[in-house]
Amino acid sequence: MFLYALRRLLLAIPLLIGITFISFLVIHLAPGTPGEIQTGDLSIQSDKEIQKLLIELYDLDKPLHVQYGKWLTRIVRLDFGKSFSPDARPVLQKIGERLPVTLLLNIVEMLIIVVLAVPIGVGSATRQYSMFDKVTTVFVFVGFATPDFWLALLLMILFGVQLGWLPISGLRSLNWEYLSFWQQQWDFAGHLLLPILVATFGGLAGFSRYMRQSMLEVVRQDYIQSARAKGLPERVVIGKHALRNAMLPIVTVLGLSLPGLIGGSIIVESIFAIPGMGQLMVQAVFERDYPVIMGNLVIVSTLTLVANLLADVTYSFVDPRIRVGARRGRR
Amino acid sequence: MVCLALLAVLAPVIAPWDPNRPDVKKILDAPSGVHPLGTDQLGRDVLSRMFYGARVSLAVGFVSVGIASLIGIVLGATAGYHGGVVDATIMRLVDLMLVFPRLFLLLAVLAFLRPSIWTIMAVIGLTGWMGVARLVRAEFLALKEREFVVWSESIGASAFRIVWRHILPNAMAPVLVAMTLGIPAAILTESGLSFLGLGVQPPHASWGNILNEGKDAIEIGWWLSVYPGLAILVTVLSYNLFGEGIRDALDPRLRQSAGRIVTRR
Repeated sequence: MFLYALRRLLLAIPLLIGITFISFLVIHLAPGTPGEIQTGDLSIQSDKEIQKLLIELYDLDKPLHVQYGKWLTRIVRLDFGKSFSPDARPVLQKIGERLPVTLLLNIVEMLIIVVLAVPIGVGSATRQYSMFDKVTTVFVFVGFATPDFWLALLLMILFGVQLGWLPISGLRSLNWEYLSFWQQQWDFAGHLLLPILVATFGGLAGFSRYMRQSMLEVVRQDYIQSARAKGLPERVVIGKHALRNAMLPIVTVLGLSLPGLIGGSIIVESIFAIPGMGQLMVQAVFERDYPVIMGNLVIVSTLTLVANLLADVTYSFVDPRIRVGARRGRR
Repeated sequence: MVCLALLAVLAPVIAPWDPNRPDVKKILDAPSGVHPLGTDQLGRDVLSRMFYGARVSLAVGFVSVGIASLIGIVLGATAGYHGGVVDATIMRLVDLMLVFPRLFLLLAVLAFLRPSIWTIMAVIGLTGWMGVARLVRAEFLALKEREFVVWSESIGASAFRIVWRHILPNAMAPVLVAMTLGIPAAILTESGLSFLGLGVQPPHASWGNILNEGKDAIEIGWWLSVYPGLAILVTVLSYNLFGEGIRDALDPRLRQSAGRIVTRR
């Protein structure tokens, strides 16, 4: 178990270096010489100034390998420079104060998706072609095709504007300071309800479909037949023997779908004006705040890598076959 | 779907109004007989803008998937055919690209480029080839051991000929399905970017940026937010169903595969 985790960890190191390299390439994507960035009208500083700042920051006047070396040593020290925006605060600090919100949102979303998707998937698999199955199938296809930002707009119109039940932006009401502790929690939850609803919608469709698929395959296995044959009640056969095995691939899919979920927080956060990393990213892109953009990119992808790693290790923990297979040299 | 394509191609003919002509007297008019889907903040006809938006969205979908498939096929074929170090290198690259949350990567790249329809297409294509590469590689790994390939090798056919004439055509079925399913994904990505204001730039209409403008008028003009989103939903849904249909038609065995999230039975 420990060896397997160590092995995965070692395999992740080249990926980590790769992340820094791709991000480095992104800086060089600009047409013409690297410093000649095409700035939009929205930038606060003039093109020349930005150009100078960029050349200074990323040593763009030095040879490529020197540039990359410096970039790498700075990333290792988590030094992403200072923001180009007027406050000129360190990038790490800016990201640090926004990370918790994004993490909280994503973890809650993930939990909700798993908690709802598993029973839905099991339900539609055990009653294949039933009314329930058909309804969820329609839901899945619609869920896949619904743009999350559109769903967000519709919910804002319905609950925020028409009914006025829920706040549609930010994390706290204006009168936050005057509320009691429990009212503050209630207020916070109310602000998070719509964003979480939007973010879970698409993922829920995917997962319940996947769960159904996985379950359908498992219930055809011989060991389910034998569990039934030895007279176990259906509840135990499905709830214990089948479910445990059907859950296995879900762990992997959960890991694989993480980048999508985290990417989705860009849209959700900017629509609902939630001060998280996604919103920071969009603001930075509009302000051409390159240090923040690069810092965001590196940190988010590293976090995704770590989460994938955790999913892999968890998978090997719940499914011994993976560990044994790995030891035999099969990947 | 064919209807959608027709609407997009015929946009200049059937659009009742000029999509970019503002009319100060008709700002944010509700849907009516004259303007079936209402007008926006500048008094432009929403229906006409949506016809033109369909062109942009479909074009971005097709071109970016074309780019992605090309890269995916070339890299996947190289990896699958050569195996060994080449394969390992390319597959690590695929793993690496999959670690990046796509939207973050897209935004970072777009921050350095001037947004236009072409950069959007290129960027979506360049960040979306990994799935196709994996599929093609898997097909190649299976196909290159088959008798007809071994036979052509034995009569001295060049590697290029074997790959191009013998293996690739046999590997195309799943790629075709992946491409069909890639188009709606690209459309969703484009509309998401345009919605954030970082995709197709005004005055060009795209479903995403009509929605973006609609967001600002959310309290008065619900029609600006509802219809373009509905258009995206219907388009994506029809491509998804079409893709699933092709999958079933081309190869019934694929229905059994658990590799994809959506699989109809």
